[in-house]
Amino acid sequence: MAEMTPTDTPHWPRIRTAGYKGFLISFADRLSEPANRAALAFRDALEQSGMPGIEETSTSLVSTYLRIDALCLDHAAIRSGLYNLLNRQNWFDAALPAGRKLWRVPTVFGTDLAPQLEEAARAAGMTPAQAITSISSSRVRVQTIGFAPGMPYLGELPADWNIPRQTGLTAQVSAAGLCVALRQLVLFPVATPTGWRQIGQTAFRLFRPEADHPFVLRPGDEVLFEPTTPEKLTVMNKDVDGGALSEAIS
Amino acid sequence: MNRALIVHRAGPGVTVQDLGRSGYLAFGLSRGGAADRLALIEGATLLQQDVSNAALELAGMGGEFEASEEMRIALTGAPMKATIDGARAVWNASHILPKGARLSIGAAEVGSYGYLHLGGGLHLPEQLGAQSTHLAAGIGATVQAADRLPVGPDDLATTGLTLDRDTRFDGGTIRLVPSLQTEFFDAREITRFEATEFLRDNRANRMGVRIVPQGEGFHTEAGLTILSEVIVPGDVQITGDGTPFVLLSECQTTGGYPRIGSVLPTDLPRVAQAGRGAALRFRFVTLEQAVEAERREATR
Repeated sequence: MAEMTPTDTPHWPRIRTAGYKGFLISFADRLSEPANRAALAFRDALEQSGMPGIEETSTSLVSTYLRIDALCLDHAAIRSGLYNLLNRQNWFDAALPAGRKLWRVPTVFGTDLAPQLEEAARAAGMTPAQAITSISSSRVRVQTIGFAPGMPYLGELPADWNIPRQTGLTAQVSAAGLCVALRQLVLFPVATPTGWRQIGQTAFRLFRPEADHPFVLRPGDEVLFEPTTPEKLTVMNKDVDGGALSEAIS
Repeated sequence: MNRALIVHRAGPGVTVQDLGRSGYLAFGLSRGGAADRLALIEGATLLQQDVSNAALELAGMGGEFEASEEMRIALTGAPMKATIDGARAVWNASHILPKGARLSIGAAEVGSYGYLHLGGGLHLPEQLGAQSTHLAAGIGATVQAADRLPVGPDDLATTGLTLDRDTRFDGGTIRLVPSLQTEFFDAREITRFEATEFLRDNRANRMGVRIVPQGEGFHTEAGLTILSEVIVPGDVQITGDGTPFVLLSECQTTGGYPRIGSVLPTDLPRVAQAGRGAALRFRFVTLEQAVEAERREATR
């Protein structure tokens, strides 16, 4: 048997079928920034490849997904097309998507709007005030949009925030609620039960089905959650962007 | 537009459905659309119109409807007792609904989702390229009494067509292909999964159906540590207590529970339609067998 070649990613990227109608190309089995960039860049390349048989593509945290028409092109042919495209470059070196924005999102931390701030701060070994400073000064990036329409997974927070999800479920986190676990933040587009702890409340509407641009955030965008008061948030609720401001990242 | 279906009474789960919306997976929005896509094809056949027309999906229970002018209708999916001004209207058939007549549709006799199709199709404003209500995403809402649903123009006159009753409402054997985490389950668990009979639980909606094993649940050690990954309709998630959950058209787009397999699209209507207590069994097939089965279905 040949000697093992020392390499830190011996099995990545990895191509698997995802059900009858899909393929998943994974760049890691845990979250990493290079794998996240690779997944986004590979999806772009797939969209531009004009490969036949592809109906739709998306990304998760570290993978690219494609939905296929297996009656148009069979699984073996698509797999070999994916191999060829993968071999074209080192996807871990890919740049972030173009046209990224920085969003500043006014956020009420704690209070009865976000009752788990203290509990989450304790889990991270901080006082509530330290927790607010830590979160609000962390410029986090949209790693993927998923689970619910327009819902961002944001990271990566400082290592103190590697706190587990709670074992029980919060019966209902309100829409635009900011939640934390595992060095990530999520912002819920609709009210939902969750195992993530709610530490903040925003007025940012992530999904606007009636609008020309129904989805506000894109993977690669960055977000700063800036402290505000419940009184100001009430006023900002009337604003279409909930008081959030964006600027281009050059 | 004046041509409309007037709703006098509606069951709790009546929604407008078509084939759903493609192209928004990357934004976290699943395709949605009819829970039983085959029923849309059947409705299109009975009315000899395009399968893209929107229809009313009746979850478990129908309602009472009136046409603003004479219309063609078809009834498909889970058989329900239907009458037009008191006269029985057979299921799996197309009919004339005269202006002002009352169409009354009762509870599902077997199966879960009945469908009411209209000649010309429902004609509501599209949102993100489709008329489908997506309850989980907050697109559209359930149909309520006093709603007036616009219906598109119809230049055909054919009615009186019928289809044979399908067996998909009675449970049966469901074919799957391996999914992302199938290999995390050891061979004994897979064998036991295929040998187990499952009953559809009451906990079911357009997002998915919980199926209760007649025996022990299913487990994998690796399952607790996997990263959230893409989910597709048909995936069979094993939730924390070992009970499988089969995902349907309105499922979330990512999930962290391990998936033991993924149901073939052609067999998914059989899962969606299995009535309360209907028995389901699962059998793994190869990708090649899956392609063959899908090709047969597509050319049927």
